[in-house]
This record gives sequence, structure tokens and C-alpha cells, in this order.
Amino acid sequence: MAQPGFVPPSSSDFFYNPSFGSSIVATKPVMLLLFSVIIITAFFTLSARKSAVVPSRLQFAGEAVYGFVRNGIGQDVIGEEFQRFTPFLFAIFTFILTNNLFGVVPFMQFPTMSHIGFPVSITIFVYIVYHWVAIKKKGLGRYLKEMCFMPGVPKPIYIILAPVEFLTYFAVRPLTLAMRLFGNMFAGHLLLLLFTLGGEYMLKSAAFVKAFAVLSFGLAIGLSFFEMGIEALQAYIFTLLAALYIAGALADEH
Amino acid sequence: MTSQLLLKAATVYKDAPSPVVPSVAEIIVGLIAFSILFILLKVKAVPAFEKAYAARTAAIEGGIEKAEFAQKEAEAALAAYTAQLSEARAEAQAIREEARVQGSAIIEDLRSKAQEEANRITTAARASIEAERQQAVASLRHEVGSLATELASKIVGEALDDQVRQSGIVDRFLADLEKSEK
Repeated sequence: MAQPGFVPPSSSDFFYNPSFGSSIVATKPVMLLLFSVIIITAFFTLSARKSAVVPSRLQFAGEAVYGFVRNGIGQDVIGEEFQRFTPFLFAIFTFILTNNLFGVVPFMQFPTMSHIGFPVSITIFVYIVYHWVAIKKKGLGRYLKEMCFMPGVPKPIYIILAPVEFLTYFAVRPLTLAMRLFGNMFAGHLLLLLFTLGGEYMLKSAAFVKAFAVLSFGLAIGLSFFEMGIEALQAYIFTLLAALYIAGALADEH
Repeated sequence: MTSQLLLKAATVYKDAPSPVVPSVAEIIVGLIAFSILFILLKVKAVPAFEKAYAARTAAIEGGIEKAEFAQKEAEAALAAYTAQLSEARAEAQAIREEARVQGSAIIEDLRSKAQEEANRITTAARASIEAERQQAVASLRHEVGSLATELASKIVGEALDDQVRQSGIVDRFLADLEKSEK
């Protein structure tokens, strides 16, 4: 075969060589991640700078996002003690949202969270926070007892339930939290790659195949909007679950 | 066909890295980046947003408080006016009552004084009439006596010198006169 044929996108498309030097810091995902820290901080610092009673348009925009996390997630889920966790939830939401949306921003076009290392690092924080909060409030013994032996269950059931609950708190929750975000971003980006690369390949092919390239690109564009929704939704879900875990840790009973 | 595709996929993906094995370096970068973001937002953005929230809440509550204060003030003024009005009414009532009592007292007083005066005048008049009558009776008695005596002496022709007899006759005559009058 003279022609190499269509090479479908694979996970290798997600790994970049350093743009300069050989440090991992110089790869595209890491640079995007650091850039996100700068733009999030800049946006919210500027927006909150005046803290006026009657907000400017910029302040209103910043407050809308802040209020969404503070009231919509923090207050509704955690309840009384939510104020303590507002900065944490706010950082999680904005960090994930911005990095996810990089997936559809022209020239960036890479959702940073499709590199599992980043969801894992945020999950580590959530994991530490919700265990720490529970142990500080109830003590390690009571925390483990309440976790494994929830009241109102027949005794023999505990043989199955206790390990399941223990695993839920210590393994399943962090794994699913990180994997859900990573998986959605990875799959979404792969899908966009497939339609874009496919369209590009078809453009180079015979004339009658070129017609299908339009369809392929059209789908890629449509899916980009779909992706935007998923990206925002995943940021919300991650933050909501973090708040739920914290709320569970603070709650007295199951 | 299917096996051919699978074979092709296997060759294509043979060298592809596993996407689910996290890179330790990336985890560390992620931890640091998130920490920085968290601290910056906590220090720079969250307090400022909370301040705006608090200021807004204070502004709204301040407005409500002001309105409540004005309402209270108005109610207090109304209560004061009502109290004053009822006080004034009561006072007017009291004054009217007093005036009525005083008026009747004055009338009573005047009436009794007038009565007294009338009584006094009547009494005085009666007394003077009585006195005049007595005087008239006395003078009549005297004159009638002398006239009658004179007349009798002229008629009879004899002088009634004897004083004792004379007065006895006159007295008897007068007594007869009074008797016949009755």
C-alpha cells in the first residue's frame, strides 16, 4: 500500500512533546493549566475589586459564578457550615470549568482535564478535605463506625455492607470522581478529533468522498457545542459531588 | 472484515500510551496549580465578593430599618395626637360641667336673694301698713270719742264733766260698735 490510509486518533494524540526544553512544564496541557490559574485569578480579582453594592457588568458576571457556587452548591448542599468551604468549592468549579472549556476554545482546543493526572490532583484535595472534616468533627473511631455500621440495618447484613461502605468512602468515591471527569473529557475530545481528522482525510480523497467531509466537519462543529455543555456539566458535577461528600462528612447520621 | 479492522486497530494503538495511568509529574503540577488558585481566590476574590454581599444585605436591611423607624415615629405621633385630642375633649367636658354647675348655683343664689328681698319688702310693707292702721285706729278712736262726746253734749245739752263717766260711755259705745261690726 502506497497510501498510509486513514490513521484514526488514539491516546497518543493526547500526549505532547515539550514545546521547548525537555521539562513537562513546557507541554501544552501543563501550560494550559497554569494559564487557567492566571486568567481565573485575574478575572475574579478584577471583577471583585470594587465590591460595589450596585455591581458593574464585570462584577455582576463574577458574582453570578461565585453566587452559583456559593448558594447553588455550597449553601444548598452543605447547609449551615457552607461558608468555610466556599473558597474551596469555588476554586474547584472555576478551575475545572476553565480547563474543560479550553477544549473548544480555538487554538487551545485541548481539555486539560483529559490528562488524568489533573483530575487526580483535584480529587486528592477533595479526598483529604472530606476525610479530614469528618475525623475532626467525629473522631476517627466514630467516623469509621458510622461509615461502616449505619443504623437500622439487620446485623448479618453488615458482613457485606461494612466492607462495601468502607470501600465506597476510601476507594470508589475518589476513583469515580477522577475517572468521571477524565473519561468525559477524554472521550469528548477523541470524538471531536475523529470527526475533524476524518473530515480532513476525506478532503484529500476522491471527489465524491469530499462531499462527506462536509458532513464530518458539520458533525464536529455540532459536537463542539455538545461538548461545551458536557464540559460545564462535568465541572458542576465534580463540584456538587465534592460538596456532597463534605456534607456527608459533616452530617451526624447517614 | 471485522478481524481485519481489529488487526489494523491493534497495530495503530500498539504504541499508544495508556490514558488512565496518571503521570506523577502532572499530578504534582496539578496539586501546585490548584493550591495557588485556591489561595489566590480565597485571599483576593472571595472576601471581596462576600463584602459586596454583606454591603448589599446591609443596604437593603438599612432601608427596611429606616422605613420601620419612620413607621414607628408616625405611629407615636398619631398616638400623641389622639391622646392630646381626648385630653382636650375631657377638659372641655369638665369645663362645661363646671360652668353648668356654677350657672345653676348662681341662678339658685339669685333666686334665693330675690326671694329674700321680696320677703323683706313684703314684711316691711306689712309692718308699715299695720303701724299706719294702728295709728289711724288710735287717732280715729280719739277723734270719734271727742266728736261723739261733743255731739252728745250738744244734743243732750248737759256737759259730761265727769271724766270717768265719759270714758265709760265712749268705751261702751265703741265696744258695741265693734260687736255690731262682727
